Amino acid sequence: MSKTDWPLYEVFIRARSGLSHRHFGSIHAADETMALDHARDLYTRRNEGVSIWVVKSTEIVASDPADSDSLFEPAADKIYRHPTFYKIPDDVENI
Amino acid sequence: MYTQGLDQKQKKSAADPADTPGRLAAFQARIDADEKIEPKDWMPSGYRKTLIRQMSQHAHSEIVGMLPEGNWITRAPTLRRKAILLAKVQDEAGHGLYIYGATETLGVSRDNLVADLLSGKAKYSSIFNYPTISWADIGTIGWLVDGAAIMNQIPLCRCSYGPYARAMVRVCKEESFHQRQGYEIMLELCRGTDEQKRMAQGALDRWWWPSLMMFGPSDKTSEHSAQSMAWKIKRISNDELRQKFVDVTVPQAEYLGLKMPDEDLVFDQKTGHYRFGEIDWEEFWEVLKGNGKCNRERLEARNSAHDKGRWVREAASAYAEKQAARDAA
Repeated sequence: MSKTDWPLYEVFIRARSGLSHRHFGSIHAADETMALDHARDLYTRRNEGVSIWVVKSTEIVASDPADSDSLFEPAADKIYRHPTFYKIPDDVENI
Repeated sequence: MYTQGLDQKQKKSAADPADTPGRLAAFQARIDADEKIEPKDWMPSGYRKTLIRQMSQHAHSEIVGMLPEGNWITRAPTLRRKAILLAKVQDEAGHGLYIYGATETLGVSRDNLVADLLSGKAKYSSIFNYPTISWADIGTIGWLVDGAAIMNQIPLCRCSYGPYARAMVRVCKEESFHQRQGYEIMLELCRGTDEQKRMAQGALDRWWWPSLMMFGPSDKTSEHSAQSMAWKIKRISNDELRQKFVDVTVPQAEYLGLKMPDEDLVFDQKTGHYRFGEIDWEEFWEVLKGNGKCNRERLEARNSAHDKGRWVREAASAYAEKQAARDAA
């Protein structure tokens, strides 16, 4: 059997103008043009989008789940970053 | 279901030294808390292996599932039916690709998955090894086979592995059209001439039992259920899903004025469920082993399509290389 070894592309689709592109899935393609064509055939058969981005999966730099604690834990104890942390008397309006 | 091969006995593989009791317990705690597992998260090697097998069998089933229906595209009775059938078969290809894509997030290559299907090493659902000999078979497949698939895939939308669950959400959204177009074909035949009604009944007679077999072996003999349930890869047992399917489908057959080919089928007032006859498990295992009516034909068709498409793939690769070299110059 012949190996195709086409690179993997991640597909992002904007559902309609006003929304940001969202990750939909991935596809294999020989080049960028084919990646767009395949993404269109596979992910927008029912008017799911008005714009497609494709990017080679190997080009994405991702955080390591093993680092999750050191990356995201410090945010948990900084509740003063949220508006609900502050007590304002009920009779003060428009704040 | 689409992954009946999972229920067969597997060789026990040696425990992976990375699966320490601490890690396994932490993983199970995440599952129990209904957290989703994502591709780069740590997972037990058994969880990964089970998912790869289940998801690849599911993807293969979608791909092979195009063949029985593809058989009727050129002979669909009207342009409307032809357009619908084309769209449905294209959806099945799409479903296969969503699931292959999700399977690859577990660290297997598409080429290897496809090679396993083509060599006959990988399994796919027994249902696609039955022939489609009349137009009514296309109606019955949409109504029963896609109906059974929906029954199975809805709980999979809550599967613990994120990419699989997300693929299932997309698949389920699209599958409903498949079932409804099938039932509509049956409605039209059943409102037609006596000959058309006979054709509809004949198709139901041939597809009813194989459809029930789609849910896999009885819970009493299924090998893998307990672990898959604990990992929330599988969420409802084979027999429970099968019962649900019978309960919703029998009234649909009655509406059509068709008779289920089962003398033992009876509504049990006490339980509120239909009781049905014994499934021919011997036939089920034979089809799964590769001895069904169309097993050989299906694999030959897949291999032939793959071989005949080789020059297209090679040309696309050559063109991409040429463009890349031109850009670099």
